Amino acid sequence: MRTLRWEAVLLALCVAVLAYGAATTDGFTEQGNLAFLLLDYSEVALLALALLPIVLTGEIDLSVASTLGFCSALTGTLWEAGLPFETIVPLVLLAGAALGAVNAVLVVYFGLPSLAVTIGTLGLYRGLAYVLLGDRAVTGFPANYRPLATDSIGFLPYATVLVLVVGIGVALLVHVTPVGRSLYAIGLNTQTARFSGIRVDRVKLALFVLSGALAALASLLYTLRYNSARADNANGMELVAVAAVLLGGVSIFGGRGTVLGVATALLAMAGLRNVLFLDDVSNEIQNVITGLLLIVSVLVPVLFKPRRTKDAPLDKSTSDTGGDPGGGRARGLRGDHEGVGRGGG
Amino acid sequence: MSTQATRTRGAFAGRELGIVIALVAVVGAATIARPSFLSAQGLHDLFLNASIIALLAVGQTLLVITRNIDLSVGSVMGLTAFLSGQMFLNDKDTPVILVVLAGIALGAVCGAVNGALVAIAKVPALVVTLGTLYVFRGVDYAWASATDVQQVNAYQMSPEFLSLGSGSVLGVPNLTLIALAVLAVAAYGLHNYRAGRELYAIGSNPDAARLAGIPSGRRVFGAFVVSGALVGLGGVLHAAYFGTINASVGTGEELSVVAAVVVGGVAIFGGSGTVVGAALGALLLTTVTSALPVLGVPAFWQRAVDGAALLVAISLDRAVMLRLAARLREERGRRRAGGAT
Amino acid sequence: MTATRPLLELRDVHKSFDAVRALRGVSLELLAGEVHALAGENGAGKSTVVRIIGGEHRPDAGELLLDGEPTRLRGPREAQRHGIAVIHQEPSQFPDLTVAENVFMGRQPLRAGRRIDRAAMRARTAELFDSLGVPIDPDRVTRGLSIADQQIIEIAKALAAEARIIVMDEPTAALSTVEAERLFRVARRLADGGAALLFISHRLEELAALCQRVTVLRDGALVTTAMMADIDRETLVRSMVGRDVELLFPGREHEPGEDALVVEGLTRSGVFHDVSFTVRCGEVVGLAGLVGSGRSEVARAVFGVDERDAGTVTVAGRPLRTGDPRAAIAAGLAMVPEDRREQGLVLDLSIERNATLARLRAVSRLGVVRRARERAVAGEWAGRLGLRFRRLGDPVATLSGGNQQKVVLGKWLATEPAVLIVDEPTRGIDVGAKVEVHALLADLAARGIAVLMISSELSEVLGMADRVLVMHEGRLTAELDRAEATEEAVMHAATGGGP
Repeated sequence: MRTLRWEAVLLALCVAVLAYGAATTDGFTEQGNLAFLLLDYSEVALLALALLPIVLTGEIDLSVASTLGFCSALTGTLWEAGLPFETIVPLVLLAGAALGAVNAVLVVYFGLPSLAVTIGTLGLYRGLAYVLLGDRAVTGFPANYRPLATDSIGFLPYATVLVLVVGIGVALLVHVTPVGRSLYAIGLNTQTARFSGIRVDRVKLALFVLSGALAALASLLYTLRYNSARADNANGMELVAVAAVLLGGVSIFGGRGTVLGVATALLAMAGLRNVLFLDDVSNEIQNVITGLLLIVSVLVPVLFKPRRTKDAPLDKSTSDTGGDPGGGRARGLRGDHEGVGRGGG
Repeated sequence: MSTQATRTRGAFAGRELGIVIALVAVVGAATIARPSFLSAQGLHDLFLNASIIALLAVGQTLLVITRNIDLSVGSVMGLTAFLSGQMFLNDKDTPVILVVLAGIALGAVCGAVNGALVAIAKVPALVVTLGTLYVFRGVDYAWASATDVQQVNAYQMSPEFLSLGSGSVLGVPNLTLIALAVLAVAAYGLHNYRAGRELYAIGSNPDAARLAGIPSGRRVFGAFVVSGALVGLGGVLHAAYFGTINASVGTGEELSVVAAVVVGGVAIFGGSGTVVGAALGALLLTTVTSALPVLGVPAFWQRAVDGAALLVAISLDRAVMLRLAARLREERGRRRAGGAT
Repeated sequence: MTATRPLLELRDVHKSFDAVRALRGVSLELLAGEVHALAGENGAGKSTVVRIIGGEHRPDAGELLLDGEPTRLRGPREAQRHGIAVIHQEPSQFPDLTVAENVFMGRQPLRAGRRIDRAAMRARTAELFDSLGVPIDPDRVTRGLSIADQQIIEIAKALAAEARIIVMDEPTAALSTVEAERLFRVARRLADGGAALLFISHRLEELAALCQRVTVLRDGALVTTAMMADIDRETLVRSMVGRDVELLFPGREHEPGEDALVVEGLTRSGVFHDVSFTVRCGEVVGLAGLVGSGRSEVARAVFGVDERDAGTVTVAGRPLRTGDPRAAIAAGLAMVPEDRREQGLVLDLSIERNATLARLRAVSRLGVVRRARERAVAGEWAGRLGLRFRRLGDPVATLSGGNQQKVVLGKWLATEPAVLIVDEPTRGIDVGAKVEVHALLADLAARGIAVLMISSELSEVLGMADRVLVMHEGRLTAELDRAEATEEAVMHAATGGGP
């Protein structure tokens, strides 16, 4: 119920931003600008779609943008080495999936908190990108592929079509399939999910691998769109992706959120960015706004939380120290800490 | 039972010993490659490089032991460094102490913003500080562009300020002395004052802390403010040491700091770890960074090394914990077997 | 022992949670120098009384008096300041800190400059343990201490805080006989020293041996308060249960069929060892033992939530892989876990989503969950189990404990299991719901399902089970058939007395 209302708020925000843009900013409604608006956010959208299912299970992946950066650097390196682009694409997608698998192994099989792991791989993958390319840029990607990342079919950029396809795929996965159902159960109560025969570990493994692959896909888009492979490509984009996911009404503690919400949030943020861009607001101020959006989107539900379970009997899960990095219960910090006698391992 | 206790405490001492051994190994390897690495000047440089990171790591430790984290440290550091520069642009003869205090105060204010959101509004620290990472950095850039100051250079600052950064007493760099002083105070406070012990209690078991009547919110808020103040000091010292400041100072520093803390044996789950360990972790990581070029590894590896070090450290902690858990289980089993006969 | 004015008094206290009325008009007096027993079945409201005294909950109506003064406790801290200490069944320590620090957290002795006086702290901790007659090293970290030792630390904490009112919430549930006796000695010493104790236990013998007076609760209401010496066992049990005990349990005839669940040599190192047993179709087998004896752990390993180190589990002739609950479910195993809220249900999800969580594939076609089918399945089981609810789309958190348990049962019965494991099936639900659950289990057995039932309530095990298995410290110590299974025999085996 709450999420539905939240989506309505988002939709209103979205309409307001677009209306504001159309009313006050010259050139906002031009087709070229709208296509640019969509294009500009296509990589963020892919990263957000990769993050959504992971956050639903109560985990997080902060390494998405670094994975993108590494894959971009890898694309550049392979292209420089003379590999045909048709060969590079599957290799890069595989590499992305492999980086996701590394996260997954550390989180799922070593039982480490995903927050700490992906802060580590955020540094590691970005660092490896620098190891590959240093501070050089590789350009000159094939002219027959670049239009795929820049041109439009009708008014829709190809890249947006790709994002839509991925979005619909994630929406089906999350909202329709049994696996999708289990994501919410895992996020709300991992123990119950385990007791219900849901293979929690396998699900999380798959999601991290998917996240890596989607980040790789985003890297191909990014590299072609700017015709530039650099180690610092999409540096800091994880913030924008996380902000979109949380603004989209997805609970950082897991178990709540919809693809529709995230899609609306993405559209609103893309519109806002475009308006600010056309109004000559600097990139830095845009970052401030993104940061504020992130905080507000988490603050609002916390401030207006229904107090139902606060005082319930037998409730051992109420932890109101507010101190957990990324929400203790969901991220298994507390459970892991006790360690003794836990099942599986 | 007492063997158990010594073993557990042994594990902590073991971590610090492990870092020292790793340090010796790295320094040894680098010295073989280039003998001047271990000269008086070399050592001077190693400590100098580690000082600011160590300062930030001490502050971060206060948060991590309460199960919190501050990802905005790099941005806060950049902001306070920039503040120093701006103060000198205003008046080149601004007293050094005023600049230092202003930096500390600004850092504390940033910490208070984080702390208020975390402790009062109960938003997870990760999200809050990921957000403020960009907000504070953005404010930094906005300030730079509003005042049209791209860079502040050494000649624009007072000589006293610069000598604070580069000077030394009896061969020990000023920065190192300051870091050591802060470290000593923090270590003493954490060990000997109720508030210090309560930080550990909050991280060790938040529910029990609540039941024990510990004012968790206030303590966590306080830790954020203190940590922010230390980061502020770090920013000022950075300005004094490098003598050139722009709005991008400290970018990406959060990774090095968190890595140092975790490598130093502070449990990312909270409840255990020492500031001394964290400072040693900072020393180890900066030493590795200095040793890389000497050993013929391109400097581009630094970020990857920080990330990898963090991963190795948490994996190691996990392995140690699982072994301890297995041992406890075995002990219990043996006690039972003993009781059954 | 001079029992004088009450140190603490509850007067006509009421408390509700959502739809659940946990307490309705409970009054209680705790006198200095006296150990007061609080008796009642699971779900009678004992824990709520404990939480109100401990300052964790505030009464909706009625008042709490300390030394005759009406007082509002605004939190655990304030309760502590008034000299109230609560010792929980499973105490929560700071595992990373030392024993001495745990005892004195928040009230460490200070020396000049408000610094902690560690030497004094250590010495006083050692003194406290001495006075309790228990040797625990003040300098070791608490991680890994036994529950019995942790409780002693809690008591030391209470003493360090100079508590005058000490509440012990089922402290003996996880203790061996020796450990329990040690605790009783400590408790008597505390009472002799002028403290008022409130003692909760399921073991009536303990209450009789330790306590001077007893207050009985049933379904949140006060039944009676009496001198322990004036009340006999039968009267006590009847006032707890509210009817003749026989009526609680359906009488039934059974003709056990083939082996449905065969467990052989099951071992999880350090937890339980070499556990072997069989449950046949149409049979209810009880698994008894103290908390911590390994009962639930065995069930978890059988179901596959925990890995096993050795042994085999066979369901209806099919051997199960270790650590794979999904395979277990496919083979016909179902498990109603011990902790309904943390293991059985996803409280924020709706009734229908919970009901189908264990069989999502069965309500899907071509990888798509069919909501109509889901609702139909949930509706069917809600009807068959007499679930009281408003809408199937409501979160299960809004249901009462008994109805929540029915959702868990429905969730598992919908998988059409051959073997049903129920762990504490009636914990925290009222007597009416309890009778329904018992009837349901009997009915399932009559339909040929093999039921393995774990319960801390001995009367439940004895009333329901055709056979009783007893565990002690990770080993199966007795197998008793219905005729042999008396309370004495089970307790004897459960506390390590051997077969």
